[in-house]
Amino acid sequence: MSENFEVPKALSGVGGWLDDRFHGARGFRVLMRKVFPDHWSFMLGEIALWSFVILLLTGTFLSFFFVPSMTEVVYHGSYTKLNGIQMSEAYQSTLNISFDVRGGLLMRQIHHWAADLFMAALTIHMLRVFFTGAYRKPREVNWLIGIALFSLGLIEGLFGYSLPDDQLSGAGLRIFEGVLQGIPIVGTYLAFFLFGGPFPGHDIVPRMYIIHVLLIPGILLALITAHLFIMFHQKHTQMPAKGNTERNVVGQPFFPYFLAKGGAWFFFIFAALVLLSAFAQINPIWLYGPYSPIQISSASQPDFYMGILEGSLRMMPAWEWNFLGHTLSFSVLIPFIVPLTVILGGAALWPFFEQWATGDKSYHNINDRPRNAPVRTGIGMAAVVFYGVLWAEGANDVLAHKLEIPLYTITWIARVLIFVGPVLAFVITRRTCLGLQRKDAETLLHGYETGIIRQLPNGEYIEVHKPVNEEGRAVLEAKEVPALMPPPGSEDANGVPGPTSRGVLGKARAAVNRAFAETIVIEADGHGNGHAVGDGHGPEIADEEHEAVGAPSSPAELPHGDEDA
Amino acid sequence: MSWINARRRRPVAGYAALLLGLVVVALLYGSLTRQGGTAQASAPPASQQDITAGKELFEANCATCHGFGAVGNPGLAPSLIGAGAAAVYFQMSTGRMPAKEVGAENERKPVTFTEQQIYEIADYVASLGGGPAIPTAEQVSTEGANTALGSQLFNANCAQCHGFAGAGGALTYGKDAPPLTESTPTQIYTAMLTGPEAMPVFSDGVLSPQAKRDIIAYITQTRVEPNPGGFSLGRIGPVTEGLVIWFGGLGFLVLIAMWITAKRRDPRPTGTE
Amino acid sequence: MSDMEETEGHPGPAAPHRVIGTPPPSPRLLGSTTLAEGGDGEAAEAEGGMHLHGLPQDDPRVIVHANRVEKIVAACFIFAFIAGCGFIAAYIGLGVHTVDKTLRSNLALGTSLGLALAALGLGALLWVRHLMPDVEIVEERHELRSDPKERLAFEEEFKEGAAQSQFVKRPLVRRTLMLGMLPLLAAPIVLLRDLGPLPGTSLRYTVWSPGRRLLVAGTNQPLTPAEFSAPGSMITIVPEGFTDDADALTKAAVILIKFRPGELDIPTMTQGGTLIGTMNWTVDNIVAYSKICTHVGCPVALYEENTHHILCPCHQSTFNAATGATVIFGPAPRPLPQLPMTVDAEGYLVARSDFTQPVGPSFWERG
Repeated sequence: MSENFEVPKALSGVGGWLDDRFHGARGFRVLMRKVFPDHWSFMLGEIALWSFVILLLTGTFLSFFFVPSMTEVVYHGSYTKLNGIQMSEAYQSTLNISFDVRGGLLMRQIHHWAADLFMAALTIHMLRVFFTGAYRKPREVNWLIGIALFSLGLIEGLFGYSLPDDQLSGAGLRIFEGVLQGIPIVGTYLAFFLFGGPFPGHDIVPRMYIIHVLLIPGILLALITAHLFIMFHQKHTQMPAKGNTERNVVGQPFFPYFLAKGGAWFFFIFAALVLLSAFAQINPIWLYGPYSPIQISSASQPDFYMGILEGSLRMMPAWEWNFLGHTLSFSVLIPFIVPLTVILGGAALWPFFEQWATGDKSYHNINDRPRNAPVRTGIGMAAVVFYGVLWAEGANDVLAHKLEIPLYTITWIARVLIFVGPVLAFVITRRTCLGLQRKDAETLLHGYETGIIRQLPNGEYIEVHKPVNEEGRAVLEAKEVPALMPPPGSEDANGVPGPTSRGVLGKARAAVNRAFAETIVIEADGHGNGHAVGDGHGPEIADEEHEAVGAPSSPAELPHGDEDA
Repeated sequence: MSWINARRRRPVAGYAALLLGLVVVALLYGSLTRQGGTAQASAPPASQQDITAGKELFEANCATCHGFGAVGNPGLAPSLIGAGAAAVYFQMSTGRMPAKEVGAENERKPVTFTEQQIYEIADYVASLGGGPAIPTAEQVSTEGANTALGSQLFNANCAQCHGFAGAGGALTYGKDAPPLTESTPTQIYTAMLTGPEAMPVFSDGVLSPQAKRDIIAYITQTRVEPNPGGFSLGRIGPVTEGLVIWFGGLGFLVLIAMWITAKRRDPRPTGTE
Repeated sequence: MSDMEETEGHPGPAAPHRVIGTPPPSPRLLGSTTLAEGGDGEAAEAEGGMHLHGLPQDDPRVIVHANRVEKIVAACFIFAFIAGCGFIAAYIGLGVHTVDKTLRSNLALGTSLGLALAALGLGALLWVRHLMPDVEIVEERHELRSDPKERLAFEEEFKEGAAQSQFVKRPLVRRTLMLGMLPLLAAPIVLLRDLGPLPGTSLRYTVWSPGRRLLVAGTNQPLTPAEFSAPGSMITIVPEGFTDDADALTKAAVILIKFRPGELDIPTMTQGGTLIGTMNWTVDNIVAYSKICTHVGCPVALYEENTHHILCPCHQSTFNAATGATVIFGPAPRPLPQLPMTVDAEGYLVARSDFTQPVGPSFWERG
């Protein structure tokens, strides 16, 4: 399919000049033919990537106008409603950007929307990787890098929206300082060192500024580069499909397909952010006013990605210990430590825990369908519900006001749901996954319902089932079940005790392993009524042979899968 | 119609229907939850009221709960002796009174009396025991007011209940602080003066009439101020911003991603075959 | 032929069933995957080869369709050009400096830029999906683990290098090296010492002192009990002399509340021998509490006159102002400290002394 045209002299001239010095031909050939599998859920991480690029671009613009100083000035500017008020130079410069720089408000809004989109995309990307098991060997390091990116993003966003020194973000900083202060032994020192003295001081905005524009973006750039390079080198995972194996990657080549699609994606993301910034106001700091420690508004929430910390602070009942001249405030420490440890720590440890539970040390380049990993999906949903309850509680006064539910009632519901919700979510999700597996097994064996009703000569009505075609079969059959470990007390041929035999940890491992290994078995030929052998060939059976609607099936026909394989 | 029918089964039909539904809901919401009305300061009340006319109106409409002579009825309605004309004006001109049910909180609702009738009842109640008077037009005029000071006073004493932009907020036990989008300057003034229901009292001794005017100027200016960044999203802060980015931003982009990676279809027959 | 595409009641081939999100099926062994059997007929190469899905590029249907889409793509790009020029025009033509003009400018700049970008994206997308042939390529994954021989060679060379460095053989060198580097590793932490002063006892005290007047925040006017006589009144108070000092106000802000006679009932409370609450510190049923929440330090400002509850809007800690700001709901661990208050010679409300306990959030050394 090559067409005949001459590469322009300029291009080939430059290309040759570079190749003389860097031998790029081989490398670029590999790059051009590199395959990127096509699935919409693989594009979520790119949303975060392009949002980051947009953050860098708009952030650079803003940094030319923002003044990171807490020196007090009296305002006399375009936003006349605040004329005469004392405010920090940081706040004043933000007002200037919004009202006195053409395109300044647009850039500010794009920057803030992009930050929100970055965190939202990271969250949904992380969930996608989790639910498809794409963090398994050889991608554990990339998963950890991703967790680090998420954590750094949290701090970057927090410092970013606190830079304008407005009432809303200043209240958030005050909460941040109050929490720091409550850390045992070192808390007051940490707070005084970070703020350069008592709150608010004069140092926090310039310090946050340099962390926000230099330190964290630098680390983020390095980690994102590493993340992409590892993904590039190890090649992306792919969804189970016909022709996809553990040893190949199927898709379209980088040049020109993925390049074009990636470019289109960048433009769409940028367009979405710019249109949002034209039509949806975000962070109207002129309405909040400059920060004052004696003022506060109702509905004071941080940006959504800090919402779980806000929710945990609201949900916690009062609890404090005083002893020996010291105070340990659990009202503050538990909300601060528990949610992040559970979510981020749990996520970081998960690949290793799963490896321990399943004993699975093989490479995985084909993703799992979430239904085929019921325990993983169940625990993932439990974590989502845990996160969601905290997040909703963070908005409890807004919910109380808009939904007209009493304030304390919402908090009490959250206090119960935070424990009950994840458990329920796990149970329901796991059962749903197993149910879906049963459906898959049934579809493989009996074909799918076509919706066509036929009447047999004897008057009976049946629904026509058609066997799944090859592509469908490949997807349905792609199920990797973790192997069951030998039961506790067993030994191998040389008399070495098995991994589940070593004490309490071994028994725990055996129990977890059993849970992970539970699956619905797909029996290739569970019937004896003349089916074609389930080996993937095309259908040659008469439709009438499939079971009639409502006809009872004998227990022997249906595959049972709950027992251990 | 047949044009739609022919394309009913195309994959894009589902997305089109969803998009149409979203747009309809958004438009409905936008039209039904308008905020930021252009309220004007109320006209000054008439100079002479008829206390007798007020007494008649009171006994016909208010005495069932507040008792004759406004002495009050324990468990039903408080005594109005000493409440003052300002309190009556606030409660009745916002439609809160006559209350539709017994409870801690009454909400703004359509007004059942004319302005003149409200002044008459107010004068009658004032005659029973004094209390704060209805401010004059000059007293609520925001000309020359210092909105900067108004913003500081508002944010120190009002924003924690009513929100930084007067969008309202939740209180405890199902009460809430109402939005300030519809209150006239006289209503804001009398509310501060009399502290209705859960709201504290801000007497003229602690917040002078000038300070009150500054606050009123801040409120009235803020609520008519356009939102230069686009739709205000309710002026309640990051909660709605987060919802917009998840559903409006990420949701929209996921749909685009599905489009980008969708299986390609061969072009339809051109008709020459 | 795959039967999954049969539509209801109509036998025979129908439009291919669109499956969103799953990758395209790998090609059959013979011919193309869709309607016309007029494919190249060549066998798909097992790996590395690129094979074409769908109709070949010289099929008239493909050419007609592609030409039509080419026009649409060009229209998108031309629209992007116009919108982009609109952006530049809007920037030059629309000024700011008022709220109304900022709104116009933001809308114009945002819409023009957004539509330009969207048009570029749309054009690029249509180009990929309709102009470029629908190819598929298979790439082989390489073994990630190194060849065992390679690993062995690495180990050998590493050991050889380590031996040459004498690092293992000379513990004196090794250990003194690590010793020498230790202070340098500690140096960055040491250098951070001057980030801020030591907290000392500063968190225990505020700027309130005997005789310091209570001023109304914002107007900075002192207050007599007579001016604050309406029951149910509430106001924010700042200390005289520190009305603009944010560091001081962070701890010294006070909420002043007036009760009806008989409603205020603060029991005499002590903590560790120190008096922390008493009716003696009130004046004429006026009580002053610290406005700084004992949870994490937000101004606790919502006062509900009818229930006497002070609600902090940050995390909903609720204090009963009638009984000494005791906690009745929420995460705050301690009541709001009460400011000892009296009246000075001119009749203005003044503090008797500083708070008798540290205000605001808890900290380790609080006691």
